[in-house]
Amino acid sequence: MPMNRRTHLASLLALLSAPTISPAQTAPDWAATLAKARGQTVYFNAWAGDAQTNAFIAWAGAELQARHGVQVTHVRLKDTAEAVTRVIAEKAAGRTADGSIDLVWINGPNFLAMKQQGLLHGPVTPLLPNFQLVDTTVKRSNVIDFTTPVDGFAVPWKLAQIVFIYDSARIPNPADVPRSAEALLAWARKHPGRLTHPNPSNFLGATFLKQMLYELAPDLAAMQQPATDETFARTSAPLWAWYAQLRPLLWRGGRQFPDNGSAQRQLLNDGEIDITLSFNPAEAAVSAASGLLPPTVRSFGLRKGSIGNTSFVAIPFNAAHKEGALVLANFLLAPATQARAQDIAQMGSPNVLDLRRLGAADRALFDRLTPSAALPSAADLGPPQLEPHASWMTRVTAEWQRRTANP
Amino acid sequence: MSAALLRAAPALTVAAFGLPIAAGLLGTVLPAFGHMPAIGVDQWGLQAWQALFDHPGFATSLWLTLRIGLLATVLSVLLAVGLAGLLATRPAAARLGAWLAPVLATPHSALAIGLAFLIAPSGWLVRWVSPGLTGWALPPDATTVGHVSGLAVVACLLLKEVPYLVLMILGALNQVAAPAQLAAARALGHSAASAFLKVLLPQVWPQIRLPVFAVLAFSLSVVDVALVLGPGNPPTLAVLALRWFSAPDVQRYPQAAAAALLLLGLVAACLLAWHAADRLLARLGRRWIERGGRGGAVVPASALAAGAGLVLLALTALLLLALGLWSLAGAWRYPDALPSVWTLGNWQQQGASLAGPAANTALVALCATAVALVLTLACLENESAGGVPAKRRAGPTGNTGRTSNTGGQRSLWLLYLPLLVPQVAFLFGAQVLLVRARLDATYLAVVWTHLIFVLPYLYLSLADPWRAFDARYARTGASLGASRWRVFWRIKLPILLKPTLIACAVAFAVSVGQYLPTLFAGSGRIATLTTEAVTLASGADRRVTAVWALLQALLPLAAFVLATALHRWCFAGRRGMA
Repeated sequence: MPMNRRTHLASLLALLSAPTISPAQTAPDWAATLAKARGQTVYFNAWAGDAQTNAFIAWAGAELQARHGVQVTHVRLKDTAEAVTRVIAEKAAGRTADGSIDLVWINGPNFLAMKQQGLLHGPVTPLLPNFQLVDTTVKRSNVIDFTTPVDGFAVPWKLAQIVFIYDSARIPNPADVPRSAEALLAWARKHPGRLTHPNPSNFLGATFLKQMLYELAPDLAAMQQPATDETFARTSAPLWAWYAQLRPLLWRGGRQFPDNGSAQRQLLNDGEIDITLSFNPAEAAVSAASGLLPPTVRSFGLRKGSIGNTSFVAIPFNAAHKEGALVLANFLLAPATQARAQDIAQMGSPNVLDLRRLGAADRALFDRLTPSAALPSAADLGPPQLEPHASWMTRVTAEWQRRTANP
Repeated sequence: MSAALLRAAPALTVAAFGLPIAAGLLGTVLPAFGHMPAIGVDQWGLQAWQALFDHPGFATSLWLTLRIGLLATVLSVLLAVGLAGLLATRPAAARLGAWLAPVLATPHSALAIGLAFLIAPSGWLVRWVSPGLTGWALPPDATTVGHVSGLAVVACLLLKEVPYLVLMILGALNQVAAPAQLAAARALGHSAASAFLKVLLPQVWPQIRLPVFAVLAFSLSVVDVALVLGPGNPPTLAVLALRWFSAPDVQRYPQAAAAALLLLGLVAACLLAWHAADRLLARLGRRWIERGGRGGAVVPASALAAGAGLVLLALTALLLLALGLWSLAGAWRYPDALPSVWTLGNWQQQGASLAGPAANTALVALCATAVALVLTLACLENESAGGVPAKRRAGPTGNTGRTSNTGGQRSLWLLYLPLLVPQVAFLFGAQVLLVRARLDATYLAVVWTHLIFVLPYLYLSLADPWRAFDARYARTGASLGASRWRVFWRIKLPILLKPTLIACAVAFAVSVGQYLPTLFAGSGRIATLTTEAVTLASGADRRVTAVWALLQALLPLAAFVLATALHRWCFAGRRGMA
């Protein structure tokens, strides 16, 4: 069965043709962009729930100021939807230029909403010199976001893949960690109250449910299409049956959930739970290095692999400082930036580049990254699975809310 | 001061906060009934309300909101009366009163963040006794923070509202010759508690009615505390409305507006119900007083309430200390009672990113306070010049027997309006207006929205001292040939400098604590310590959150210290003024 599913996914992938992007022969244009960008202030709207990422953005801002005279202001979001709402409000108020957001960190339903409603400027990727280095063939999520073709309207800047984290001081035998939906349920039976997941109104919580949907659904192909009442009911039935058994065994009896991944990480550090999860494969290593988690934490993946996706940056249609935003997006793709992002001493996010397209000196940057026992091996992590269509996330979240609203 | 300008002051003041509220409410009412062409909703009807009522967990949300609001208010009043009784009747305890102002200055969200760590099952309190006394090698799987009962939210509201009401009661007591009456009642055989409850409290009760209403309205509609300490699914009505207002799906706007309006209705209904209960209680209380008992169950009950009030103060001190420890922690895991690794790194790392928001916070608070001060002083001066006061004079409604400060309750209501109308009910509508006027995300917009909340507090804290000013000083000055302007600067302001500075510090603290107004008017672009701290509190890194929350608490405190120091410095060596 598992093999079947994966080949199914692969064939689906083949069907989705890569968007056509004109070759980036844009050197003179780029010089003009750089010139126009100088002196601009880029309002970068980015989720700010992670201190490492915030520090990375601050560093990028300082670099951009020094190199190109572009100032970056990190507008700290609690939820990316806040930025989408603001652009919609501006459009509603008739502000088609001089908008308040220049660049937004985005993917999934938020990207789909903005792209569908024509709220994005672009295509922009052909304008960026560094986009030539991006891996668009193996790291497919760089060009297909939650089954939505990106079409150059967003620039990838880091990869994410679901990984689970545990404290080896509490679970000494690596063979005991639960690597499937069934194993998770069995583990929760043995250790009631020691497992939880983020609230599904948060993207990581929703992703946990989608991951379990992948684990349990009879038909994965349906999820690459927009969900209908019929496909959703049929595909998600096993998930809800499984969840009904799991929920009472969760932390706080499944009546309360951490707000997001960072809150769940805090619970692991506080000793309230034994397992947490993250979209950053290097989360355990990064957190152990910064004291957020004990040094004994280790990572594991699910046997069948786990969902991976790409974080993008995109420019709203009415951005006031488009050139500055382009310069920032291009800077985020530079090999040195990507290598720094991947270093666990910084953010630990896997790069979006095709390393074969880099020169030897640039490639060497990626060999000098800080090592850590808490980093998962490729085998631990399993193959990345493509996100289902964004409508599945919306439906899974809504259905979960409906089922848990009345305790 | 130009007389014409002075005369315009009351109208200007009312317009400063009345207009945005009215316009904002309109901007909420229209979408709630199906009119919001901007998002393609243009069919009058009740669809938004249907969607609201059909939302899973709606009933739970409603009940939760109601429970938090009523419980927090009832308990606040009980504990505040107990604590005020203690402070008013025991000279030794009176010194405690000095600690109330700093507590009052600490923003709600900072208290919430600290309390969350204190009372969590893996929190500080449990860590002290674990595993030694409790045997809990792992924290117990019990819910405290985010409990569906909303009790954690209630506890946090008490931390702040009890000191507020105590200060209001003590302030009112200043006007009724409390010590003499207390001595007389004691001589007639009343216990201290009984004397306070039966002789003093009924006299000041009318004056704390409005503050209690403000507490009730605030507890029903609080957002930041409920975000940190309240249940997440389903949340309170205010949080639900906020969630929908900021949902990526714009079609949620109408039902968000409906939720906000429902909250407004809920607040209005609760205020009416409270008012009715208050009258009933007053009648029963009168009978109870007339029976003439001298002690009885009152004594232990008062002691209990006072004790609980003291516990609250201690909790506040503890949670601020816990925040301080976290901000210096490298690693701090259960069940360690103290951090295992200490570091200054958290402060160093945050240093650079703290500067901007801290400067924003101070700038906005200073501007809002300055504008509010000018408006308030102009109103009060206009009033003392015989013009129409911002609170129009009506017959005395209280029973304090003093006519010098019996501004009509009616216009006082107007001043309390910003404190009674739930913020979510008009801030969204106001944001649409701001965007339309291209004023969103400007300092002007943020200062103005802060002004709406700063103005009432400033006015209410300044009005009484200003009206109590002995007019003979001014007359003496005038008879010596000083102009009105000169009398104001050389006589009135120096004499009233202390209450003025303290009122400014209160106003500054109010501004620092604003979360929703900053978020909406600033379009998220103007970051303050409060918006950043609440954002971080949703997870992130407790060490980092502690740094932000602590600074958020320290800034208003600094304003109070500065106010006191400034006053002392101005009058160094001038006896009778210090």
